[in-house]
Amino acid sequence: MSKLLIEGVSRTFAGVGGGQPVRALQPVDLAVAANDFITILGPSGCGKSTLLRIVAGLEAPSTGRVLLDGKAVTRPGPDRGMVFQSYTLFPWLTVAQNIGFGLREQGRAERERNEIVASYVDLVGLKGFENHWPKQLSGGMQQRTAIARALANDPEILLLDEPFGALDNQTRGLMQELLLGIWERRKKTVLFVTHDIEEAIFMASRVIVMSARPGRIKSDVPVDLPHPRHYTLKTSPEFSALKAQLTEDIRIEAVRTAQTQSA
Amino acid sequence: MLRPLHPVAPGTRTVLGIAFFVLFVAFWAWITLGGHVNRIFLADPLSMLKDGWRLLVEDRFWLDISITIWRVFGGFALASIVAVPIGIAMGAWKPVEAFLEPFVSFARYLPASAFIPLLILWAGIGEFEKLLVIFVGSVFQIILIVAVKVGATRRDLVEAAYTLGATDNGIVKRVIMPANAPEIAETLRLVLGWAWTYVIVAELIGSSSGIGYMIINSQSRLATGQIIFGIIVIGLIGLLSDFAFKALNRWLYPWSLA
Repeated sequence: MSKLLIEGVSRTFAGVGGGQPVRALQPVDLAVAANDFITILGPSGCGKSTLLRIVAGLEAPSTGRVLLDGKAVTRPGPDRGMVFQSYTLFPWLTVAQNIGFGLREQGRAERERNEIVASYVDLVGLKGFENHWPKQLSGGMQQRTAIARALANDPEILLLDEPFGALDNQTRGLMQELLLGIWERRKKTVLFVTHDIEEAIFMASRVIVMSARPGRIKSDVPVDLPHPRHYTLKTSPEFSALKAQLTEDIRIEAVRTAQTQSA
Repeated sequence: MLRPLHPVAPGTRTVLGIAFFVLFVAFWAWITLGGHVNRIFLADPLSMLKDGWRLLVEDRFWLDISITIWRVFGGFALASIVAVPIGIAMGAWKPVEAFLEPFVSFARYLPASAFIPLLILWAGIGEFEKLLVIFVGSVFQIILIVAVKVGATRRDLVEAAYTLGATDNGIVKRVIMPANAPEIAETLRLVLGWAWTYVIVAELIGSSSGIGYMIINSQSRLATGQIIFGIIVIGLIGLLSDFAFKALNRWLYPWSLA
């Protein structure tokens, strides 16, 4: 049985000021197996973030439904951890308190909480920064904290909405390796939205390519590159072949987006 | 050379800031001591200081000062205790806002000073009436500003908390309230400044103590030196309480500055 099942999910936004309603997402069907790392690749504005937010329960689909372990998603919950593109650490909490936020909301005992937090601080390499305020951290460190915060709840699925989009290229590469390393060791079902082709291939066991708005699934590309993956993989011929194929796919969609926007 | 938006060195800033005070007092001394205005209507700086000293030593003016301070903080504390929870409720729950916002917006334009005759009828001319004037003057302002700040809570933080398993109750208590605490404290600091104007008005009418009473009392004796001294004392206390409030906020919310 699939871990996550997306059935005919679409999203239409009401028109602004009595205008035509805007369809952001055409009906999408997607089945995600347990412990799969899926990246959703698409040009900006294709509705990939909308799809992720519907899985998170932050938005309701206009049609269709999302099932996690056979249960319909109706609202956000700790079984679906989410990492956002914007920095969403709670500025009034320290790094450790941020990571422990979800555990606290669920009423876990303090001792247990501290143990779990310490292990995730370790996992994302933030030892020594437990008592820092978010403002004192670099963007990369903030996102590492956000990943630890989402993982500390031990969610059934981890949702990431362009989590490294605001980071510089070097930091972004390191973050990819960090997240992939965690996934390789701990195994987790992951849905990762990005518009970066290289990132999509490097992280994924399956790349879902989305079309220009209104988004739909255009292709479903398995990535059979061996694990553990090392950053040198990005220069291998197999990787380059995949990249060339996806670049072509995405380019067509980007051109289409540019045309609809200028029309 | 003055260049737009170019910062000024800290030392120069201090010197410039003090320079204006010096200029101001110098101008005041020149028109009064130089005989350019009638000293019955405007005391010179030296007699002002002399009058002030006499007030403090002989007339036990510090009693008036302390009663005024107590009225400001008492009325302000009452207003805060009532207004902050209402403001948070309005910002957090939109039906509450829809219910209260039109009335509060209307009520905040009701001048507190115009309520004084009514408040005297209701509460007499005792301490309670003075507190009520400040309460009426501050409470609607605080409600409205707090409601606006809370309503502007970062949505992405709220969403993040939901995905971490927070309940609606948890969102209000552990996201909305801490996220806005520094801004609410800043609002209170601002409104405390306004409370100082209300207290003087309250003391000008139907009062037998306080800085405002001393001022109105001095008017009938043309003691302009005392009036100016009283006004300066209010300014200084206002400045001090503002500094104290700022320091308290910095100490309570280190995360908002770091």
